[in-house]
Amino acid sequence: MKNNSLILGGLLSALVVIAALVSFLWVPFDITQLSIPDKLQTPNEVHWLGTDHFGRDILSMIMIGARTSLAVAILAVGIGFFIGVPLGLAAATKKNSLLDETIMRTNDLIFAFPSLVIAILITALFGAGAMNAIIAIGIFNIPVFARVSRGAALSLWQKEFILAARVSGKSDLRISAEHIFPNIANLLIVQGTIQFSLGILAEAGLSYVGLGTQPPVPSWGRMLADSQTMVSFAPHLAIIPGSAIIVTVLGLNLMGDGLRDLLDPRVRRSRE
Amino acid sequence: MLGYILKRAISLTVSLCLASIIIFSVVEIAPGDPASFMLGINAQEDTIAALRAELGLDQDKLSRYFSWVSGMIKGDFGTSYTYRSPVSDMIKERIWVSLPLALYALLISTFIAFPAGIYAATQRGKAGDAAVMGATQFGIAIPNFWFAMILVVIFALKLRWFSAGGFVEWENGILLSLKSLTLPAIALALPQASILSRVMRSALIETLSEDYIRTARAKGFGKKAVIWRHALRNALIPVLTIIGLQFSFLMAGAIIIEQVFFLPGLGRLVFQAITQRDLIVVESVVMLLVFAVITVNFIVDVAYAVVDPRLRRRV
Repeated sequence: MKNNSLILGGLLSALVVIAALVSFLWVPFDITQLSIPDKLQTPNEVHWLGTDHFGRDILSMIMIGARTSLAVAILAVGIGFFIGVPLGLAAATKKNSLLDETIMRTNDLIFAFPSLVIAILITALFGAGAMNAIIAIGIFNIPVFARVSRGAALSLWQKEFILAARVSGKSDLRISAEHIFPNIANLLIVQGTIQFSLGILAEAGLSYVGLGTQPPVPSWGRMLADSQTMVSFAPHLAIIPGSAIIVTVLGLNLMGDGLRDLLDPRVRRSRE
Repeated sequence: MLGYILKRAISLTVSLCLASIIIFSVVEIAPGDPASFMLGINAQEDTIAALRAELGLDQDKLSRYFSWVSGMIKGDFGTSYTYRSPVSDMIKERIWVSLPLALYALLISTFIAFPAGIYAATQRGKAGDAAVMGATQFGIAIPNFWFAMILVVIFALKLRWFSAGGFVEWENGILLSLKSLTLPAIALALPQASILSRVMRSALIETLSEDYIRTARAKGFGKKAVIWRHALRNALIPVLTIIGLQFSFLMAGAIIIEQVFFLPGLGRLVFQAITQRDLIVVESVVMLLVFAVITVNFIVDVAYAVVDPRLRRRV
């Protein structure tokens, strides 16, 4: 079962990544060209996934939308990872110190904020767009990575090989970078996959309310918002972008589960 | 015990103070002046200045912060820039949509998650378990606003069982009001039910591997009796924690669902206030939501400490 999750998740995620990468080189139709006579076509031989209310090819929009979704989610996870992990490692190094307390209490505080409301607040006040969406989603990834890396690092600091490294005169910073980080990397990859899928959902939500990626750049959330008034007579306008989001998030979650089973022997044992 | 509660209470107060400073600062540093926004681009400088004075925006930031906080403590959330009505009245009006919606969604989520999680745990490794786990993966992956749209198409537009949006006020009959909240509650509940099922399943599996369960089985209790009498009660602790967290999420997370269904709840209020630069409403509603989350966490922590003395020593 564990391998099935990883394989299925990997395949679904690969499908989305390939669609996004191919879109840089080729898409079936130019989405900047409107063609009103071709509007609202259901999936057919020419337009495999049909056309929207402006006659644009939905497959092409989905491919470019994949690029947008992945880029926003990757950068948001990157913010969380590159700020959160060093903070978590620093907190673990100085356990119960003022630094540790400050970092962890700040984390708790960020967790108390309703993330979606704050993301909407940031994007609405500082301007709707992909960049502010990335920052808004990224901020809430910081405490997640900080907490995970601190927790994992704390148990490692008790290990003998770390004691050996300390005896050999290595500084806390070097131990964190050379010994702790490589040993918690697996855990961070699993967490990264989960945050990545949450980022895709958050980006779609923000774009849906008009605060994420702005037109003319296609995004799946925006496509869903546009489809809302037409969904009763052209349901494919909502079903296709929705399915794209589901496939991506499902793929990433399955991959995260599969990776956790593969990389964490404790989980593997408890599942067997 | 008293020392522990005191420590947690101090931490709660500090968190609330910091939260209020953060919320106030984010709204303050944001570009765009509410007075100019309200009067439009053709407004005269002196008109803008007069409105700024009327709204109290001409005072220095520090005194505005303190008057906002002291007002909130007394239950006075200020006056909305856009609607010119007390923010507390607006919140009171909207909370009667958001609160029942969150509770309704939580109820649906629990009703789905408990049987699903218990069934999956008892069928561990079998086809039934795989089916429930597969379904929960889907449930987590489905964006709730998309699911809401699909529900509207099927149950409102095609079958005409429910209305596509809007809220029937409570005065017009509780059943009608609940009916108007049903589709939004289902849409909100789906991902929560999936998460809760998974938590229920793993909590129960963990409890079932405990020694006392083996003892109960050795004493001759049947599998069902062991699950219902012993395992389930002990597995409930992590499940209740998640339910507590989900409640806070549902209060704040309904913002997009309220948009889809045009529900006059807190989420829609804050969303409209953000787009209209009605900053006093934004600050107050966000602070209220943060207050709810922090206070719920405080109560959960204290309740745990009462139940489990080991937790008191950890802090």
